[in-house]
Amino acid sequence: MAKQHVSTLINGEPAEFLCDTEQTLLDVLRDELLLTGTKEGCSSGDCGACSVIFDGQLVCACLVLAVEVEGRAVKTVEGLAHGDRLHPLQQRFLEAAALQCGFCTPGFLVAAKVLLDRNNNPTESEVRYWLAGNLCRCTGYDKIVRAVMDVAADIRRA
Amino acid sequence: MNAIQYEAPGSVEDAVALLAQANGEARVLAGGTDLLVQMRAGLVRPGLIVDVKKIFDMTLIAPDDGGFRIGAATCGERIGANNSLRAAWPGVVEAAKLIGSTQIQSRATIGGNLCNASPAADSVPAIIAAGGTCTVAGPDGRRDVAAGDIATGPGQTSLGKGEMVVDIRLPARPPRSGSAYLRFIPRTEMDIAVVGAGVCLSLDEGGVCTAARVTLGAVAPKVLVVEAAADALIGTPVDETALQALAAAASAACEPIDDIRGTVEFRTKVAGVLARRAAGIALERAGSN
Ligand SMILES: Cc1cc2nc3c(=O)[nH]c(=O)nc-3n(C[C@H](O)[C@H](O)[C@H](O)COP(=O)(O)OP(=O)(O)OC[C@H]3O[C@@H](n4cnc5c(N)ncnc54)[C@H](O)[C@@H]3O)c2cc1C
Ligand code: FES
Ligand code: FES
Repeated sequence: MAKQHVSTLINGEPAEFLCDTEQTLLDVLRDELLLTGTKEGCSSGDCGACSVIFDGQLVCACLVLAVEVEGRAVKTVEGLAHGDRLHPLQQRFLEAAALQCGFCTPGFLVAAKVLLDRNNNPTESEVRYWLAGNLCRCTGYDKIVRAVMDVAADIRRA
Repeated sequence: MNAIQYEAPGSVEDAVALLAQANGEARVLAGGTDLLVQMRAGLVRPGLIVDVKKIFDMTLIAPDDGGFRIGAATCGERIGANNSLRAAWPGVVEAAKLIGSTQIQSRATIGGNLCNASPAADSVPAIIAAGGTCTVAGPDGRRDVAAGDIATGPGQTSLGKGEMVVDIRLPARPPRSGSAYLRFIPRTEMDIAVVGAGVCLSLDEGGVCTAARVTLGAVAPKVLVVEAAADALIGTPVDETALQALAAAASAACEPIDDIRGTVEFRTKVAGVLARRAAGIALERAGSN
């Protein structure tokens, strides 16, 4: 069978690609569409480095078949900034040193964005539970959690 | 290698027809959180994948004869967000909510948890304790199957060729009844149950237990329904003596394996402890409704 043709919306822009059924959304984002912000850590749903927003839901791109996004909308870390203006989460992660090697960062940013879009007043333990599917080998998580809490506070003040 | 065919039909009948006509291995795709991992690991390579998430009926939670009908392709997040389901069957909802992270919750379905047939699947002991029944659709029509009869062993189900689970039905909750599910994992989130325990019990007006079901996950090739543990509660006010007898019966029923998550001895002991704690929570809930 020939490759499948998929039309979708990625970060608000129409996108088309060809793929095999077994290719995941992560494979296609990185290898076909060259959107390499989304990282591959485990390819088994355990690390959260591949987190993307699929029709408003936070998912692991490694656990979605690329063919499933036909006619749907995907948002990746590349869609967070507006041109040169960083998303408040990106800005705060930088200022608060909420990253070291940075490999986990895109996943944390995307996951935290979905949380704050739904709840701009999370408790610390809500933030920790929400982000439990995102692993970081470097930071020990505290600075990440603090950065997310700080951005939530900024949103409430705005 | 042959290409894998992908189909996303809009009705149960179309899905069944596709599955029944497939000449190689055909797999239902729900949330994919087990299937995609198994495909990536080279454990399965279906010739046909039938995505059931576009079947509207299979993603709904609806009232059903005083109880509930949960579409098999309903994800954990939606189950957790349904307040009336949570009020009636908290054990099932808390079990479904335990599956994976936020990312996994938006995908992992209750039907996938059941049909993947892992002995450690969290929602299954809770569904069985609640007396859940499945609608199975296949080339010969529909049939009802007790939730406990879907898995037959690790990774094995009783589903025939072309069959799939359409929904899981929970009965009307009897008066003065409570349910609970607890699992033991080495961390607070994101791990596979070392032991899981589901309890559902009903009381009479005097607070005496009239019916109970006690189930254990991850301590045998499939979920155990421990009748001796239920019998330890029935006819008692679910007091200390009854709870001790329940714990002993739960431990005695275990046939666990040794692995890196827990030894036989540990699992056996923890099964009793968890069953007892779950019974305590179920009792409290039964008293408040
Ligand atoms: C990071 C991670 C964490 C996890 N944590 C947990 C956990 O804490 N507890 C737990 O229990 N599980 C856990 N799991 C396992 C998995 O998420 C669950 O078993 C989930 O419920 C599977 O549902 P699904 O919809 O993703 O199934 P899928 O992967 O789509 O399907 C699983 C199997 O069932 C079959 N199937 C699916 N639906 C049907 C149907 N309606 N009829 C017939 N066959 C069907 C499929 O063909 C496949 O063989 C975890 C998985 C990951 C990746
Ligand atoms: S790469 Fe998807 S969760 Fe790790
Ligand atoms: S900063 Fe290195 S993994 Fe998180």
